[in-house]
Amino acid sequence: MKITKEEILHVAHLARLEIDESAVERFAGQIGDILAYVDQLKQVDTAGVRPTSHALALTNAFRDDVETRHLPRENSLANAPQQEDGNFLVPKVVG
Amino acid sequence: MDLYNLTISEAHRLLKNKEIDSTELTRAVLGRIAAVDGRIDAFLTVTAEEALAQAGAADRSIAAGTCGPLTGIPVALKDVICTQGVRTTCGSKILSPFIPPYDATVVARLKQAGAVIVGKLNMDEFAMGSSTENSGFKITRNPWDLARIPGGSSGGSAAAVAAGMCLGALGSDTGGSIRQPASHCGVVGIKPTYGRVSRYGLVAYASSLDQIGPLTRSVADAAIVLNGIAGHDPADSTSVPLGVPDYTAALGMSMKGVRIGIPREYAASEGLDPEVLAAVEGAVGTLKSLGAECVDISLPHTKYAVAVYYVIAPCEASSNLARYDGVKYGFRADDGADLIHMYRRTRSQGFGTEVQRRIIIGTYCLSAGYYDAYYGKASQVRTLIVADFKKAFEVCDVIACPTAPTPAFRIGEKIDDPLTMYLSDIFTISANLAGIPALSVPCGFSAAGLPIGLQLLGNHFGEEMILRVAHQFEQAKGLFKERPVLT
Repeated sequence: MKITKEEILHVAHLARLEIDESAVERFAGQIGDILAYVDQLKQVDTAGVRPTSHALALTNAFRDDVETRHLPRENSLANAPQQEDGNFLVPKVVG
Repeated sequence: MDLYNLTISEAHRLLKNKEIDSTELTRAVLGRIAAVDGRIDAFLTVTAEEALAQAGAADRSIAAGTCGPLTGIPVALKDVICTQGVRTTCGSKILSPFIPPYDATVVARLKQAGAVIVGKLNMDEFAMGSSTENSGFKITRNPWDLARIPGGSSGGSAAAVAAGMCLGALGSDTGGSIRQPASHCGVVGIKPTYGRVSRYGLVAYASSLDQIGPLTRSVADAAIVLNGIAGHDPADSTSVPLGVPDYTAALGMSMKGVRIGIPREYAASEGLDPEVLAAVEGAVGTLKSLGAECVDISLPHTKYAVAVYYVIAPCEASSNLARYDGVKYGFRADDGADLIHMYRRTRSQGFGTEVQRRIIIGTYCLSAGYYDAYYGKASQVRTLIVADFKKAFEVCDVIACPTAPTPAFRIGEKIDDPLTMYLSDIFTISANLAGIPALSVPCGFSAAGLPIGLQLLGNHFGEEMILRVAHQFEQAKGLFKERPVLT
């Protein structure tokens, strides 16, 4: 499996990562090797096989729709790199 | 007597009989950390003050007549488990300033049981790795040979238990991250059935595979800690509402009539060290001599387990780790001109290489045009692996195989070759994909003096059976008394 530098840069952008120019080539090689290894899955006949997303047959777990105790706002905000007036503060979103 | 080398059961007996108190025991453990952790580097945070306060409370509780199995016992936690008011980094720079506002359910349960928490343990960043070399902070060393890795990702947990820096620890296991380091450090480690232990407050890596479990010096100790943390939790919608048996109750039952499945594919596995194979075959011989019966079984699809895992785990990780954006908690990079730049800089500076590699693999496999070929296909092969185990457990009670294909490798040996590193999880990964419980128990040493682990896998919610077989084996061999020599 050959992965190009452009593909790595595209996927890095989707994942909101900024990959160093010097690391792109190394990543492309290593990820290509890993995906080549993964390609052995193509040998397995999976026609009609249902996919498994969870090992146990779990269904949605609902609780009664009643008020419960949650973290106070100041605790939820305590780890924020920046906050203001009880809100998370972020850099400018629109110009 | 070195108090720090006691098992939990031994310490409990001494505490209960008032021959020692928890303050004295906790001081001994903190003293041991101060004496040897400079060479092992297992701890990221030592909570000495809190631990002594908890020990004092335990002593008062014992004086008042309450001494549960974990009352006053010093334990430590992999730093992937949230502790209220105590920094929890997940081995990552991106979480280096993070102080959780709540305790994970397992922590709340340990505290409720009177345990003393001495600190937080090093790990591969976000539990991604097999050597603890991927920690964003430091490399942990194997107490049996300081030039070697302790295994991973719960390497700090295994090394701390082996070196007497806590009597037991919690780790997390997504593809072998409790069992493989337990094997490399000569301790017991169990990954419970998926859903057996609450994941509330466990920093997520791959949510359909992650499970918390104990690392201890004896099988009985693992059962005691599992008793303390198992059970349904409304705060984790994947935790299972089933009653929890007393895991210590069945340990003494005989091996007569227990059917041990031996997977015929495993002995021929590429990369399996002959010393490991010999030690595991010897262990199976011991189980036979105790009255167990061996059954030949086949797990034809488990050879695809590593490939399945390295699609599913990175896919889940790429989604789970999207939350680290420099807004709500953790590290934020400076001078992001706008929101997107801030995200990109924060994530690139905050995440280490292996984490970025897995996020890219996961994002690639989930991206338009590749989803069916990778995630879809891997999820189908996962079904076939689950079916292999289901079939095997119709004819056996426990499956025996190696935990890791080799003893602990050297620091630096595999760090530049991620695929080779991934293959060190070849025997452990399938249990996570199938959600079944599995443990590692020491079964011998290599000629170089490195511990080797026997892995026992059980059916869903079959923890009692694998603990019983492991306990009977351990009693017959008496290996867990061996300790690394740290002068």
